[in-house]
Amino acid sequence: MSMSKDVDPIVLAVPAGPIAKSRRRGSLVWLFNPRLSIGLVILVVMGLGSMILPWFAPVDPSIQASYMRNLPVSGVHWLGTNSLGQDIFWFLVFAIRNSLALGVLVAVGVTLIATIVGLSAGYIGGRFERVVMLIVDTFITIPLLPILIILGALIRGNTSFFTVGLIIIIFGWAWDARTVRSMALSLREREFINMARFSGANTLQIITREIFPYVSAYMVVGFINVVLFAINTEATLAVIGLSKVEVPTLGSIIFWALNYNALFTGQYVWLVAPIVATVTLFLGLFLTSTGFNQAFASKRGVS
Amino acid sequence: MGVLRYVAKRLGLYLAVLFIGLTITFMLPRLMPINPVDGYIGQLQSRANGTLTSEAIAEMRTNLEQLYGLNGDIFTQYVSYLKRVVLQFDFGPSFTYYPQPVSAMILNALPWTLGLLLTATFIAWVLGNMVGLVAGYFHKKRAASVLEFLGILLYPIPYYILAVTVLLLLAYIFPIFPLSPTFPVGQMTPEKIGMIFYNSLLPGITLVLAGFGWNILSMKALAVATTEEPYVTYARLKGASNWTRMTRYVFRNALLPQVTALALSLGMVFNGALLTEMIFSYPGIGLIMRTAATGGDYNVLYGAITLSIIAVATAGLVIDLIYPLLDPRIRHK
Repeated sequence: MSMSKDVDPIVLAVPAGPIAKSRRRGSLVWLFNPRLSIGLVILVVMGLGSMILPWFAPVDPSIQASYMRNLPVSGVHWLGTNSLGQDIFWFLVFAIRNSLALGVLVAVGVTLIATIVGLSAGYIGGRFERVVMLIVDTFITIPLLPILIILGALIRGNTSFFTVGLIIIIFGWAWDARTVRSMALSLREREFINMARFSGANTLQIITREIFPYVSAYMVVGFINVVLFAINTEATLAVIGLSKVEVPTLGSIIFWALNYNALFTGQYVWLVAPIVATVTLFLGLFLTSTGFNQAFASKRGVS
Repeated sequence: MGVLRYVAKRLGLYLAVLFIGLTITFMLPRLMPINPVDGYIGQLQSRANGTLTSEAIAEMRTNLEQLYGLNGDIFTQYVSYLKRVVLQFDFGPSFTYYPQPVSAMILNALPWTLGLLLTATFIAWVLGNMVGLVAGYFHKKRAASVLEFLGILLYPIPYYILAVTVLLLLAYIFPIFPLSPTFPVGQMTPEKIGMIFYNSLLPGITLVLAGFGWNILSMKALAVATTEEPYVTYARLKGASNWTRMTRYVFRNALLPQVTALALSLGMVFNGALLTEMIFSYPGIGLIMRTAATGGDYNVLYGAITLSIIAVATAGLVIDLIYPLLDPRIRHK
């Protein structure tokens, strides 16, 4: 175990998996360990479900007073209705869809920025690297929530759901950039990079053709982790009322439930349903990411 | 000279973090489409039902701009901002609780946050590392994977979900704790202290649970890797007992990256503590921030965020400065 400062909790959290025994060329069997399979099943079910089901929604669940308030669980309203006259089941379906969409959007942006920054810092090195890493370390150290709270307070009411995603991208790329850069550092010293260099490849070619293929496996894992991070951050802002709370997300549903004192009035379904959904989704994302990592680690023979 | 270089490098990073952090807080409101002064005047205007004359408004605007250091070009503003914040820790008065100074409000809330945060982080760190060590050292045994499963289950759950779940379980289904806890202020009596302790348990449990999962997973991974090291095999051949090998050989070496990881994750831990305070109405910095954010009390917000940046950066610095004491390789380089 290297004692470097680049301790990535996610990479650390992955135990060494067993080396796949049957490794036929072209077969993808090595990829599917139990963790990854369970994680992917959860993600596919929740992802497809939240994308397809909204087509069948009777009304847009974000519209208030569509139904009678505080109806109990029944055949018509599977999870009852809330104090705003919205159907909790459909609100939850839309919430999962919106949260996932935001997570993927943010992850695309963050991965893009982190890869460019991390790869160039790790590969170019020198003074450029020192300055970039100083900025990266600063962004990691600064507590994100207070900054998001100020931004939320300043632009509240004038914000769109999209802007919230943009803000999370701006303040969320640093962790990934650090990971990408430490991988680039270890790759820089490898023989085949020197080989490419001596063969006359320029910096851009080396980055795109030699380093990128190696880093891409980690990027899949990093991507999923950013999805987790983004959903979590938006939900956190929503729970304290500083996101676009009219848009159904996994956080805004809890915001409304807490705001209408769902526990005092005994409407525990309003809280339990999003809790169960969030825990399942996050477990799915986490298992998928560590499962991928395990599979790649055993393929590279690092374990 | 290894230590000196290490300390100098770390101090440099610390100053850079403070500088960039304070610059961001300075720039944020100036890049926003909304002017806080306009916002505040608008609020007053609507409270006074639009009876304010334009002269009064102009006068108030000059006053406010002076108060918030909005005079002069942006560079002068920046220098005076840094001077006020760094040297005097002065953020002006609170809007909502005028004329109470922001710094006093924040300093009152600070012990609450520190008390809860430090206790919970310490407990989570110790418990998580112990469980992770056992899970990692005996990773070939089936029972160890049960311990790891606990970590996998807890780690990805966000703070707000943990908080709401703890509330649901321990205040609603099993009504051990009150649904809306109260925290008495003023003169402390033994009775009040007991009440504060009792009501702090729920946010405390949330924070411990959140830190627990992460510590289990990372310690387990580190312990597994360390167990495979040749010096551990050597210790076994030498006849050292299981206990000695686990504590003296594996734990001591796996601990080092855990200390660095703690320093790096401080920001996240702090975020979680703020959120937990907001959900449980615990009277720390987090609650102040929430009230200020909903009430548009920008001075208080700036004070709280500046303090957060300074606190997290300083805590990280302290941990990193302790590090050479634990790692002989840096001391003797």
